[in-house]
Amino acid sequence: MRNIIIIGNGISGVTAAREIRKRSDDHITIISDEHPYFFSRTALMYVFMGHMKKEHLKPYADAFWEKNRIALLSDRVNGIDFENKMLRLDKNNPVSYDVLILATGSLPNKFGWPGQDLKSVSGLYHMGDLDRLEKWSGSIRHGVIVGGGLIGIELAEMLLSRGKTVTFLVRESGFWNIVLPPEESSMINRHIREHGIDLRLNTELKEIIDNGRGEASAVTTSKNETIDCQFVGLTAGVHPNVGWLKNTSLDIARGILVDQYLKTNQDQVYAIGDCAQLRTPRPGRRPIEAVWYTGKMMGRTAAQNICGTPIEYDPGIWFNSAKFLDIEYQTYGFIPPSPDDSTHTFYWEHPDGKKSLRINFDKETGEVRGFNLMGIRFRHKVCERWLKEQKPIDYVMHHLEEANFDPEFYARQEKDIRQAYAQQFHTTFA
Amino acid sequence: MYTGTALGLFGLLILLLHGAGIRFFSNTIDLILALLSLSFGILIYSYALYRGHPEGIKNNGVWRRALTSRGWLAILSGIVITGFYIVLYFYPQYLGLGADGAKNTGLIALFDPLSQLLKRQPASQWFVYGVLYTLAIVFFGIKFMMKYRHNRYQQFRTLSVMFFQFGFAFLLPEVLMRLNRPYFNFANMWPLNYYFFDQWHIDGLIHAGTLGMFMLIWGLLMVFVISPYLTYRFGKRWYCSWVCGCGGLAETAGDPFRHLSDNSLRAWKIERWLIHSVLVFSIVMTVSVIHSYLGDDSSKYWLTRSLFLGIVSILIAGVAGGLYYFKRYEMAKDARFGMIGAASAILLLLINHFFSGNGNIFFIDAGSLRSWYGFAIGSVFSGVIGVGFYPLLGSRVWCRFGCPMAAILGIQQRFLSKFRITTNGGQCISCGNCSTYCEMGIDVRAYAQRGDDILRASCVGCGVCSAVCPRGVLKLETGEIGVKL
Repeated sequence: MRNIIIIGNGISGVTAAREIRKRSDDHITIISDEHPYFFSRTALMYVFMGHMKKEHLKPYADAFWEKNRIALLSDRVNGIDFENKMLRLDKNNPVSYDVLILATGSLPNKFGWPGQDLKSVSGLYHMGDLDRLEKWSGSIRHGVIVGGGLIGIELAEMLLSRGKTVTFLVRESGFWNIVLPPEESSMINRHIREHGIDLRLNTELKEIIDNGRGEASAVTTSKNETIDCQFVGLTAGVHPNVGWLKNTSLDIARGILVDQYLKTNQDQVYAIGDCAQLRTPRPGRRPIEAVWYTGKMMGRTAAQNICGTPIEYDPGIWFNSAKFLDIEYQTYGFIPPSPDDSTHTFYWEHPDGKKSLRINFDKETGEVRGFNLMGIRFRHKVCERWLKEQKPIDYVMHHLEEANFDPEFYARQEKDIRQAYAQQFHTTFA
Repeated sequence: MYTGTALGLFGLLILLLHGAGIRFFSNTIDLILALLSLSFGILIYSYALYRGHPEGIKNNGVWRRALTSRGWLAILSGIVITGFYIVLYFYPQYLGLGADGAKNTGLIALFDPLSQLLKRQPASQWFVYGVLYTLAIVFFGIKFMMKYRHNRYQQFRTLSVMFFQFGFAFLLPEVLMRLNRPYFNFANMWPLNYYFFDQWHIDGLIHAGTLGMFMLIWGLLMVFVISPYLTYRFGKRWYCSWVCGCGGLAETAGDPFRHLSDNSLRAWKIERWLIHSVLVFSIVMTVSVIHSYLGDDSSKYWLTRSLFLGIVSILIAGVAGGLYYFKRYEMAKDARFGMIGAASAILLLLINHFFSGNGNIFFIDAGSLRSWYGFAIGSVFSGVIGVGFYPLLGSRVWCRFGCPMAAILGIQQRFLSKFRITTNGGQCISCGNCSTYCEMGIDVRAYAQRGDDILRASCVGCGVCSAVCPRGVLKLETGEIGVKL
């Protein structure tokens, strides 16, 4: 029986633990000092908004861990001796491991803004961030959110839900347009404003001003405006939580470097999830993909490799989803902000301005490359199959109904979509 | 919102004052005033609540308000509603019900004008209850439709429960009575309608000519043909969240409390034993009641006691045996044990009775069984606890733990239905909104995060899990049985 230790009880670490338990009888310990139990980080916002209570964040009942013989240790690892396979802990005596899985996740980015470490300045990543926000909430009337991405819009929605007003500073010319094409981005810009958020595009944070008691009282922007506020949300992305491992023999770039089997350069040490950086990512994929499901996939892959059934990490066809206030977003395959020369992009938007479909396809062969959806749900399996089988756009246009995953009785858009396609590409289609 | 609340409370105050024997104007004017205040109170409140907010999920602050998070207001409302039910069921004289032909007074007298208008009879406590119940479903239904104005499934479903409550459960039976026909709700059926097979009810139908016979046949068709088919085709939701009055109230007036359902494993265990025990109780009671008024002489009436017990035995043995034979690998150990145990016990008692002759099949006389059932299940469970505890235990306590109809439909749904909730590939982020807002206490997330379809006996197909999911993961679907979509 080996002693397998996992540092981090996020989705990656917990998936690894569960999958190892399915395959072996090894001794499994998960170490974390963030929260005694695994919780859904992606749902922190719903607790603040009053949709859920903290206890609802736990995907597994507390009895699950004992039943599956997964030991949970609340402590912080402050050093690793890779030579002797030992971990130094804050509270407990050092422990030794046979196999180590690093699943330490991310930390929010801070770019050296003056005042970034003041009280009432926070990201939204850890359980502690939620607790602090809750504590400050009573004194917040206006909040400024910095960073036009997924967490930024969530934080804005959270503040709105408690009756606070929000200014949203976005460096780019449109919300999340480093990922979203211009039409989708401007749809979300409109929707953000529809919710009464003061959205300021092309605007960066310059400084956070101290009210004299170590708390934020205002920010100044790159346009030299001053905005009074009682809270500043810093949501300019995340980076791998690996700072504490620098100056060890572990091979680190931005994240912990791993091979196709998720092994690091140290014997019996794996890294998975947000903290891992693939040495050779698959074509078209980034070396670090800090999303929920890749963490899950990496956890499963590491477990298989540890349990004697070696397998390469294969994240499959890219997909993702999010919700921007009330508009749901799904993406399957490859949709860059602007198509390259070999790609056509077909875009349809509903007259209500809250639903859209984009399909990118090859100019020559017509084979589809990716789907972007706003306000419409598509079936993952079908999109994946079409992309894998490189179905031509005409085929997809004829079979759109198969992909729809909206609830029953929802107004169907296929007819309009086909018409728009025929118009945009001057075909006699539809 | 304050205007709406004040108006609603004013309406309640009129009712309360009438309960205490205090009148403003005449009964007619006061009744109109009260019903209008209640209706417009709800409408104004809802309009103000959702006005100016873009379409979308409206659950902000649900766990922060005293009324919807088991706070003081929840406890207070729980006590008030429970109290109302106790008085309604057991002490209607305090509502002003005139005993032995005496004139109604108080609250019930307030409703006399409407009752006279509809059926030319004075009101009863059930009429008062029916009016208020229907009003709650219709106007809180409108509120629910405003809340989910972006979701056509929710809108259609709510329109449907509003329609069935207003038309079939309230208006049509009253009109039938005015026309001197039997009081009959075509959308209600045994075993939820536990008096269907009572002697007085069957006799009433038999003596009501063609219409009565039609009602009798309709009732039997509902139980044995229509409902199994619709459940096979669409899942139990066709009844529980589209037609049923109990479900209708839970989905409308009860909607603010849906998240209070306990979704622990322990609660599920209690649910399975409790609801199926009620089902067994209901079958035993019904068999015993029918048996008690049948005769032995086949020349007088074709359906004799022996024939009846034979049919019942074959039905029970057939259903339990068939389920065991075809579906035992899909059944948990306790489910197999419970089903076979209960079926064998009933069959043994029937056989014992068959050979030993007279006496009570189940050792207790039918009358007592019937009145205990009416008291414990019909009144206390479905009303006092079922609705009174909305603000504490969630809106579907009765449907989940007590309704024998839900139990039957649930067994059909679990084993013989095309219905399931499907999970969209790998999109689930385990956020827990689905489990939190499941009114039946199903831990939806446990299935969704594994990528499994959700196939549960208790699911009433309200579709709220799918609505609150921020990643578009869940869809109510029908497909081939046993084939994962």
